[in-house]
Amino acid sequence: MDFATLIQILDSMLRLSAPLIFACLAGLFSERAGIFDIGLEGKMLASAFFSAAVAASTGSVWAGMACGVFASMVLAALHGAASITFRGNQLISGVAINFFASGMTALIGQNWFKLGGRTPSLSGDSRFLPLEWPLAETIGAIPLVGSVYSELLSGHTLLVYVALLAAPVSWWVLFRTRFGLRLRAVGENPEAVDTGGLSVAGLRYRATLICGLLCGLGGAYLSTGFAAGFIRDMTAGKGFIALAALIFAKWRPGYALFACLLFGLLEAIAIRFQSIEISGVGTVPLQLMQALPYILTVIILAGFVGRAIPPRAGGEPYIKER
Amino acid sequence: MRRLPKAVEIGLIPLINLTLAFIISGLVVLWIGENPLEALYIIIKGSVGSAYGWGYTLYYATNFVFTGLAVAVAFHARMFNIGGEGQATLGGLGAALVCLSIEWPHWTLAFPAAIAGAGLFGAAWAAIPAWLQARKGSHIVITTIMFNFIASALLVYLLVNVLKAPGQMAPETVNFPKGAHLPTAHEMLAWFGVSFPKSPPVNISFLLAIAASFFVWALIWRTRLGYAIRAFGFSEPAAVYAGISPFRVIMASMLISGCLAGMMAVNSVVGEAERLLIDAVQGAGFVGIAVALMGRSHPAGTFLAAILFGVLYQGGVELEFEMPAVSREMIVVIQALVIMFTGALDNMIRIPLERLYFRKVS
Repeated sequence: MDFATLIQILDSMLRLSAPLIFACLAGLFSERAGIFDIGLEGKMLASAFFSAAVAASTGSVWAGMACGVFASMVLAALHGAASITFRGNQLISGVAINFFASGMTALIGQNWFKLGGRTPSLSGDSRFLPLEWPLAETIGAIPLVGSVYSELLSGHTLLVYVALLAAPVSWWVLFRTRFGLRLRAVGENPEAVDTGGLSVAGLRYRATLICGLLCGLGGAYLSTGFAAGFIRDMTAGKGFIALAALIFAKWRPGYALFACLLFGLLEAIAIRFQSIEISGVGTVPLQLMQALPYILTVIILAGFVGRAIPPRAGGEPYIKER
Repeated sequence: MRRLPKAVEIGLIPLINLTLAFIISGLVVLWIGENPLEALYIIIKGSVGSAYGWGYTLYYATNFVFTGLAVAVAFHARMFNIGGEGQATLGGLGAALVCLSIEWPHWTLAFPAAIAGAGLFGAAWAAIPAWLQARKGSHIVITTIMFNFIASALLVYLLVNVLKAPGQMAPETVNFPKGAHLPTAHEMLAWFGVSFPKSPPVNISFLLAIAASFFVWALIWRTRLGYAIRAFGFSEPAAVYAGISPFRVIMASMLISGCLAGMMAVNSVVGEAERLLIDAVQGAGFVGIAVALMGRSHPAGTFLAAILFGVLYQGGVELEFEMPAVSREMIVVIQALVIMFTGALDNMIRIPLERLYFRKVS
């Protein structure tokens, strides 16, 4: 494998990781506040559809993204209502949201565009285009280092950079602000937060809405940045890989970024090589590469590599004492 | 603790939830620009309006009975087995390996063997998440989700590289031997001189599904193990205090659950396709969640809910045919709404009802 191939793989790793990073951080905010969310997939899918559909009709990717994020936040609010106000089962609510998004996007897509659930393909202003960094061509001429700048760092769509920045920002919000401290407290010990005179429900609603916002960005990226349009069930398990990455990262933002990059890298390698020869071992089949994020997560969950301990109050509805 | 009467608990609340789910589904149809009542009529006529329709409805229902019972058994131990999809996938693999292993002389031999193969593989696929939950405390929901994806990757690998019929492009096995053909409703009813359309795939597995429902009822309410499962699900500390081993309960309930999910393959793989295909489960594992929630985890309720979903699936096919604006995904939306209202938004109905009822009583 030469240097140019390596750069190409890393380049595609960044593009494939971006939706995982958004969804993973979305799950981080929600679960740190004590709301389990297995509906990341559905929220991303809803956003991907509305982003592409509105961008295709209005010609503006920004309008599309706004609608996509809004759709995702509506589903997040529904999840919030079910799990906070009505104290329902958060896992079941997540399952329902996934199905709802999968069914509705295909149904409305077919009804609006009559293209078998697809949206028309997007071009020009109706999608996010790659951003060329200044002097990319000049610096790219420098051997080795140049291609890192011009091929790997430059030339991604805006949302890829937003995703990479979202991780440190999330860390700062969660660990360096008062809001973050309260949010984490509500996921560990809601009674204490309640005793402190803060609204448990209010904090949890805010966390789920942030979760919706981030999933929305992830979905918008999928259909208007990564691809040029929406196709049926285009999230294809990314929400669950993000969930896996979240556990892999043991609910910490910095590790979450690296877990997503790792899972993105695995996907990039699988796409590039199809099957990999390892001398002495034989070929590694494509399907093993695809299943590796899930297998790694199970191994982490099994506690063979450190212990993954979720937020203590996760999944439990909070009932205020009367 | 005050409780609502049983009739409200198992009758009225699910009914209201279901009605809400259907009203919203109707609004969706209306929004698309079609008449929801007409859509309902097409669904009912297409699914139960003819012997042909019933044949398909009961075929789908058979799948959902198995996956629904699987979720229900686990629910009694307060385990949420979301891995029915993966366990049914593996069940298909087990059933296929059994059917392809020898030239079966007669279906009476192949049928029990296929049940054993499917059940064993399904249970084995549930065993690892169950063990991780029982010994390591890894959340069963997350591990079973992961195992769904691993199962699908494993099946694709096996079908593409190992089991694919020689000289064929499509990743599917050769057809099962003739002796492994399960009698369909058409053939079985012909024994009694009753005529039934030939094409619907409903087969003897439907009777197996009825038997499985009885088995689950007897298991949960008439055996020591069932008592242990319910006690554990009701209160873990109380169960431990009574000398019930959490490890045993988790393992037993999940193995039975996986076994039931796997047995779905007897209907879909052995009974219908008669060869192993990619994605033979087609989401039935997830429908099982809706079915178990609607049936309040009781086998009788689960059975009825499975029939209802059979109606929706078969009716959905007809609906897409007669009302092209409403595509098949409408069924997925209805399924989502049923899960949402009967599962997650249950308290939305229960709390006001409780308030109303107890005010009247006092």
